[in-house]
Amino acid sequence: MIGRLRKNRWFPAALGLGSFAALVLLVELLIYLDVVNRYVVPPPSDVVAAFPRIVTEEHVLSRFLLTAGEALSASVLVTIFGVAGGVLLYQFTLLRQATETWVAAVAAAPLVLMYPLYLVIFGRNATTIVMMGFTAGLAPVILKTLEGLVGTRRVLINVGRSFNLTPSQQFWKILFPAALPTVFVGMRLGLIFALINIVGVEYLINFGGLGQLINDLAERFDLAGTYAAICFVILVSIIVFMLTERLERWLRPAG
Amino acid sequence: MSVVAMPSGRGAPAQAEPILVVDGLVKRFDTPDGPLTAVDGVSLTVAPGEFLGVIGPSGCGKSTLFNIIGGLLDGYEGTVRVGGERVAGPHPSIGMIFQEESTFPWRSVIDNVAFPLEIAGLPKAERYQRARHFVSLVGLDGFERRFPAELSGGMRQRVSMARTLAAQPKIMLMDEPFAALDEQTRLLLGDKVLQIQQELKQTTLLITHNITEAVQLSDRILVMTYRPGRVKRIVDIDLPRPRTSEIVSSEAFGRYVAQIWSDLREEATRGLKDDESRTRRAGERP
Repeated sequence: MIGRLRKNRWFPAALGLGSFAALVLLVELLIYLDVVNRYVVPPPSDVVAAFPRIVTEEHVLSRFLLTAGEALSASVLVTIFGVAGGVLLYQFTLLRQATETWVAAVAAAPLVLMYPLYLVIFGRNATTIVMMGFTAGLAPVILKTLEGLVGTRRVLINVGRSFNLTPSQQFWKILFPAALPTVFVGMRLGLIFALINIVGVEYLINFGGLGQLINDLAERFDLAGTYAAICFVILVSIIVFMLTERLERWLRPAG
Repeated sequence: MSVVAMPSGRGAPAQAEPILVVDGLVKRFDTPDGPLTAVDGVSLTVAPGEFLGVIGPSGCGKSTLFNIIGGLLDGYEGTVRVGGERVAGPHPSIGMIFQEESTFPWRSVIDNVAFPLEIAGLPKAERYQRARHFVSLVGLDGFERRFPAELSGGMRQRVSMARTLAAQPKIMLMDEPFAALDEQTRLLLGDKVLQIQQELKQTTLLITHNITEAVQLSDRILVMTYRPGRVKRIVDIDLPRPRTSEIVSSEAFGRYVAQIWSDLREEATRGLKDDESRTRRAGERP
């Protein structure tokens, strides 16, 4: 029976959804039984009930589009400059030796604390938020791009050399596609960092999209509304990830 | 130790004007223990359409020889000429098949095989048509749209072979291409190589440490000494062509295997002792 279910193509998705539904029910039950304090975690049924309210009264859709737009802009910048940075470090050994440790240190630094500086530079607007996302997401993309290029199997490079490829062909036909899976790991990490910082800075400077909404709702002690707004942040994350996955499938259909 | 480079006594291929001439090749590497001579004064010729096997124990410089002839390694003494032209870097007349799995995992079978044609700038329709021919030649019809991850090790090596053949090199270099495969697959792929060589009259230089494989495929076998790699003997393999893997059960085949093993045994033993003494020395270091 389980063997037959495992072969069913819908089974993994159904299992995932079923597990999520079971978890939601469990939380509901625990709150109902007063095991979990309802003033800390609202009942899931209240969160669901809050959706229509935050859509109509809090203009969540326009806020969602703003945060999604900021996330997308930061993603594009992170991808362009992160991949280019990784390629530069790969091409110039001295540059890599001089800066790789710094880049790694930046990846681990709490860059969100730089938001006052960015406010001074860019003002209290969406540019600050996008630039904060970009800064936070850049280092992992650089590091992973570098790792992917350095990790390209020697034999594949030798195949290219045996066919007398030009340096440009060697890069675009062999090195880059070979490094793509690792580059995309870096992009996913970078986009996570970017999104966390975008919503975080919106929250901190009380400006813009979903982060500001979460701040407002939390300050009004509207816990159900806060959690419903968080669901929209998750939705932004899902959309960005789906786009990344599509892009990866398009650039590298197999392997 | 007898170091004798015997002239080829074989008929047509060896007597024709050689297409590949390697003359007095010496390659040294710098190591922490001082300079190491990997190959020392290796000279060989390969006639058009000939299949030359190069056999030797591990550490005899076979792969160094492969990389120098293929133009992937420089800084050596001596010359390598293809069709009279001196080789100094990768050369379009030379195609290489590597020991490690070397298909591009992001390309389908047909796109892997069409790779050299794409680099050459052929229009898409033409390169696919030509690539299909070579896919068919290595017996992979029906797998054109599959990706390497969906194929067995033997099939992937056939894709590599088809990709190299698609570039239509004058000489195909193979560096232990079946080393990672099991014995049965290796014999069957040997059949495929024989069939292709028969069909295309492809000049081939095979580097191997497998005596059976060398005798099954080659017209001549160059036996190398253990470090530094020198030519110990050249053995003509006077077995009838076209051949198949069935030849391995013949008496003459067994005699060739025994003859080459008697040459190799001394070298392999030297290699083994050298390995042991180096390991011992490394263990004694503070």
